[in-house]
Amino acid sequence: MITFIVRRLFATVLLLILVSMITFAIFFLIPKLAGQTSYNLAAQYVGRNPTPSAVHDIETKLGLNEPLQVQFGRFLKGIVAGETYSNGSSRVYCPPPCLGYSWRNQQPVWPLLVSNIPVTLSLAAGAAVIWLVSGVAVGVLSALKRGTIFDRAAMSTALLGVSLPIFFTGQIALLLFSANWHIFNVQYVPITSNPLLWAKNLILPWLTLAFLYSALYARLTRAGMLETMNEDYIRTARAKGLPERTVIFKHGLRAALTPILTIFGLDLGLLLGGAVLTEVTFSLHGLGLFTIEAIGNADLPEIMGVVLLASFFIVIANLIVDILYAVIDPRVRL
Amino acid sequence: MSVSDGDAAQAAKRRGFLGSRSKPASDASVAGGPVRLSNSMLDVRDLRIHFPTDDGIVKAVDGLSFALERGKTLGIVGESGSGKSVTSLGILGLHQHSRADISGQVLLDGEDLIAASAERVRELRGSKMAMIFQDPLSALHPYYTVGAQIAEAFLIHNKVGKKAARAHAIDMLGRVGIPQPSARVDDYPHQFSGGMRQRAMIAMALSCDPELLIADEPTTALDVTVQAQILDLISDLQSEFGSAVIIITHDLGVVAELSDDILVMYSGRVAEYGSAEDIFARPAHPYTWGLLSSMPRIDEARTERLIPIKGTPPSLINVPSGCPFHPRCDYAKLTDGKSFTEIPLLREIEPGHLVACHLTGSQRQRLRAERTGIASAALSDVVEEGA
Repeated sequence: MITFIVRRLFATVLLLILVSMITFAIFFLIPKLAGQTSYNLAAQYVGRNPTPSAVHDIETKLGLNEPLQVQFGRFLKGIVAGETYSNGSSRVYCPPPCLGYSWRNQQPVWPLLVSNIPVTLSLAAGAAVIWLVSGVAVGVLSALKRGTIFDRAAMSTALLGVSLPIFFTGQIALLLFSANWHIFNVQYVPITSNPLLWAKNLILPWLTLAFLYSALYARLTRAGMLETMNEDYIRTARAKGLPERTVIFKHGLRAALTPILTIFGLDLGLLLGGAVLTEVTFSLHGLGLFTIEAIGNADLPEIMGVVLLASFFIVIANLIVDILYAVIDPRVRL
Repeated sequence: MSVSDGDAAQAAKRRGFLGSRSKPASDASVAGGPVRLSNSMLDVRDLRIHFPTDDGIVKAVDGLSFALERGKTLGIVGESGSGKSVTSLGILGLHQHSRADISGQVLLDGEDLIAASAERVRELRGSKMAMIFQDPLSALHPYYTVGAQIAEAFLIHNKVGKKAARAHAIDMLGRVGIPQPSARVDDYPHQFSGGMRQRAMIAMALSCDPELLIADEPTTALDVTVQAQILDLISDLQSEFGSAVIIITHDLGVVAELSDDILVMYSGRVAEYGSAEDIFARPAHPYTWGLLSSMPRIDEARTERLIPIKGTPPSLINVPSGCPFHPRCDYAKLTDGKSFTEIPLLREIEPGHLVACHLTGSQRQRLRAERTGIASAALSDVVEEGA
């Protein structure tokens, strides 16, 4: 088991390096291949209508005229040890982990990202708890009561949940609970300052986001349970004389949960990189909104930072899923 | 696999039928309990398991009766779809309750399991009656250790702690012949070989010392070399634990090796029922003849071709009129049309030997004589020599 984890960790580090290479290539190699000069590239960092001298200034500051491998080396070094951008006259220091420097905001990217993480994390984690619990519970019940009114109602609702986009359900929720009835306000309050208000203010986005995912998870769980409960080992468990509850939860659900866990890891990892639609709908300033703004401003260092952070979340979520997988299914440990 | 001289002789000695005519079972004292003279431990009466479907009623089991004494072995033989597995699941109450209509009586020590509550049947399952399944890999849960799965069965029916249950699991693994049981107890099923998995299944089934053990095709999924070992193990443990055993199989070799009595099933009904000697030496039903001639034998020169039974088992929804076997039977025309219209009743043609066939005794004897050179005749010689 420990060798398994070590092996996975090692693979994860390699994967992260690979991800950073690909990201770097997207932002620097591909433009170069497309025929852009380092001057063109530098122009994108300066803003609209720059003077040529300002562009040259940035070009040397960022070392854009240097060979790509040297730039990549500096980029990696910046993440580990920090980076100083300098053209002789002005010096800008970007402390580690330096994912780049936003010239537009005159700030390193990392603190900008960090300041946006709590909103996204609160949103994703809260919604994940809700959708995992409700989705799996509804799925199990539906499978056990297959064909009944409950099953049909639950699966129809699930179909709605999968089909309705968040900007629609979110608007309806806002209209009813916030504008009309004034029950819930959507306004981010840090959990450290007021946990109750934090939860209350996030309930609408949580439920909206969780509705979509619970629907998916309920359908998945139902399908998984139906399949698992037909397995031979379930019959064996019954033949032993185990109470039906033990058969369902200890023998059935455990096996049915494995594929759900895989998808959960991916979903959560993706959401941590920014729940774009939800954040926009509810005007929550997290990584999703941050990304949209960065793209709107064509702020390359910020976009690159978000991409790196999001892929980091996905890789880490997958690492955790892999380890949990091995805990659940002994055959994986081989 | 075939009936060796000794086995056949022993089978002949141990034979007993329907309880009433039997001698006290010589093995019964091994169980440590009082020797019961006449009451059958398991008595199945007119068991019917029907599945209503959109296309009609599937009569998987249709009026099955048999009895089994403590310490005895009954072999249920038949093709796929003859209802043998459904019978065993029905006895244990493991059939699909929501979809099946079940009627008749299953008396286990006099207690009717069909009438009993689901909770009561659950209590009996695993403790008084247990089951071994066909494919031990899919029948064991892949996520739990073999030891935990055996201990689980013991824990649920006995008021013991986890340590005691684990010790019991190790003990059981040792008794079914797993080497180094205290080390293997923490292995997962995928770390076991096929034969070991089936041994583990047997250990699990026997962990509460059940009075009735049902083995549903226990060797079908195993290597031929392992099959004989597993059969020997079941037989040894049976005499050690004194359980009654029902072996369900399509392999006549398996029942020849183990069974005291044999029940040949066809289309959810009894085709023929008798002691192993009756069935192998004096088979009376054309279907049994077919089964015997389609079975390879090692005690015979390989000059005869194996003769398959023509056709396929009938649909259980539209069961043929009259004798369900008549579309495949070479002799149906000899019965003045009765085979085509009348369902044959189970008749006793000699003590303890029942057959559901319209052929008369003399017809049967003539036909059997004509089949000389085919399995049954050769076997009867063997049995006679042995006796």
